[in-house]
Amino acid sequence: MLRLLLFCRGQSARQATARAAPPLTLGVSPRMLPSTMVEESTEILAHERVTESYYLLTLRAPGIAPRVQPGQFAHLRIWSRPDALLRRPFSIYQARGDTISILYKVVGKGTAALARMQPGERLDALGPLGHGFALPSPDGPEPILVAGGYGMAALYLLAERSPRRGIVFVGGRRRTDILCEAEFRALGWEVRPATEDGSYGVRGLVTEPLQVELQRHAAHRKLYACGPTPMLRAVARLAEAFGLPAELSLDEHMCCGMGVCLTCVVPVRTDGGWEYQRACTEGPVFDARQVLWEIPA
Amino acid sequence: MNLSVQLGPLRLQNPVTVASGTFGYGVEYARLLDLNQLGAVTVKGICLRPVRGNPTPRTAEVTSGLLNAIGLQGPGVDGFIRQYWPFLRQLRVPTIINIWGTTIEEYAEVARRFDQLEGVGALELNVSCPNIKEGGAQFGTDCRLLARVVAACRKATRLPLITKLSPNVVSIVPYARAAEQEGSDALSIMNSYPAMAIDIETRRPRLANGVGGLTGPCIKPIAIKLVYDAARAVRIPIIGMGGIQSAEDAIEFLLAGATAVAVGTANFYAPRTALEVIEGLQRYMQRHGLTDVRDLIGRVDMPGAAGPAASENTCTPAESRMQQ
Repeated sequence: MLRLLLFCRGQSARQATARAAPPLTLGVSPRMLPSTMVEESTEILAHERVTESYYLLTLRAPGIAPRVQPGQFAHLRIWSRPDALLRRPFSIYQARGDTISILYKVVGKGTAALARMQPGERLDALGPLGHGFALPSPDGPEPILVAGGYGMAALYLLAERSPRRGIVFVGGRRRTDILCEAEFRALGWEVRPATEDGSYGVRGLVTEPLQVELQRHAAHRKLYACGPTPMLRAVARLAEAFGLPAELSLDEHMCCGMGVCLTCVVPVRTDGGWEYQRACTEGPVFDARQVLWEIPA
Repeated sequence: MNLSVQLGPLRLQNPVTVASGTFGYGVEYARLLDLNQLGAVTVKGICLRPVRGNPTPRTAEVTSGLLNAIGLQGPGVDGFIRQYWPFLRQLRVPTIINIWGTTIEEYAEVARRFDQLEGVGALELNVSCPNIKEGGAQFGTDCRLLARVVAACRKATRLPLITKLSPNVVSIVPYARAAEQEGSDALSIMNSYPAMAIDIETRRPRLANGVGGLTGPCIKPIAIKLVYDAARAVRIPIIGMGGIQSAEDAIEFLLAGATAVAVGTANFYAPRTALEVIEGLQRYMQRHGLTDVRDLIGRVDMPGAAGPAASENTCTPAESRMQQ
């Protein structure tokens, strides 16, 4: 069992707004605990509509920003609806200096309330949370990223920090669902869009051009994906068919975000059978071979 | 200023703990707050064997509340002792271990196992979880079964015993009295309230389990009433819980008759709530010139207050229902 010492207070003075507890010896595997998170009151620096129902939110979060790893998320309390108690989890899109940004889609009442918030207002944020993507190694397999809709947001930091570039397959219903294509190109990645209505890029699901590409050449490649569950499942199937490793960021309904409520569990294969693991703590990124898409009878 | 209270033989440095199932095993919160400032840490329910829990979705947000049917997922006694006890035993504040079983014998066996573990603060008997098929609520809504569970655990351990009661009864008085008579040192009031929510587009329940337990601020007035009723009927101390979000909420519970309080669902969205309750309680005491928190317990000024009806002093749920 790994023993781990925490020195939350030793971090630095610029995290004055972040709250941290004193050192304690934890007897638990770090994989079973929330990552090195802080809770802080963040200020909205910018908030703009990107396309249709997608918004880009930039927060001053000096405690969270320097700790962010690709694939991690922030858990935001949206105070404007006091009858809605729970925080909402968002992939951290970018982290620069003391700011983080979040690229989100309005999908319900919580995100609708968030979309009405203005620069200067404050949001209580908990983060960075979860275990994210393992960074590709310079001489490892070529990274292939696969994103559906706002899944692109979870992949940006991976694309930015990866020591090697590759291809990004991005899909959506229509043209307006294809996000941050220019940003990924600017990082030196090749972007291949697909839309279901054919209004942009290849017509069809994002996994269709991915399959064509893998049929052409699959050796020494690794898949990293974030998007709706049916897409992730299709990516897992392709990874298995082509014998490729794959890391998937699962988008699960969450409540506490820090491993205690056991809302966001996913069935995961273990040595002896299977168990529920928490998307917020052991995940949101899982090895595709581990994920069980249906509960065994 | 004295904040310390006694739960039977167990002394708490202040009256604020956390509700089982909302604080994991403490270690998850160790990075956000100093657990040694709490009155006690109460961990998620443990039974003999590891439990997988219910299918998802397991929770649903409702107006000012949270509906859940987790299904008591947990590592079992051995897994808990191996994975979490090394951390918890380092704390300077007591750990309250919530336990449950599917039979009376299992409850007693879990109690016996923890009796042998050095450093446990108290055991809290979960006889009121609405989300598992066997065990849980059946013991908490049948007064005779409840008495037998408490008696069996009392025989199995010398540790302080706290019985966590279900709100899903006509009158809580006979249950509170049964637990007291069988040797429970304290009561926790209340567990979640059985409830349901439906997605009108799919016409399916919002929980995979169909029904679940309601928690959060929307249940607080129900919990206050139950604490008030029980406090007038028993001598043992009560840990009041249900929707506490602030010191003001906690003080209401104390005034209703609780000796201590537990912060529950708020831990999910505002993880520092328990510490803020302790701070706010001190400010309130200063403002009201109080030097001892015990001077708040049960001090609600009830107009025309009378003791509980003697006829409620029965251990037969059917009878107590008939009287209502």
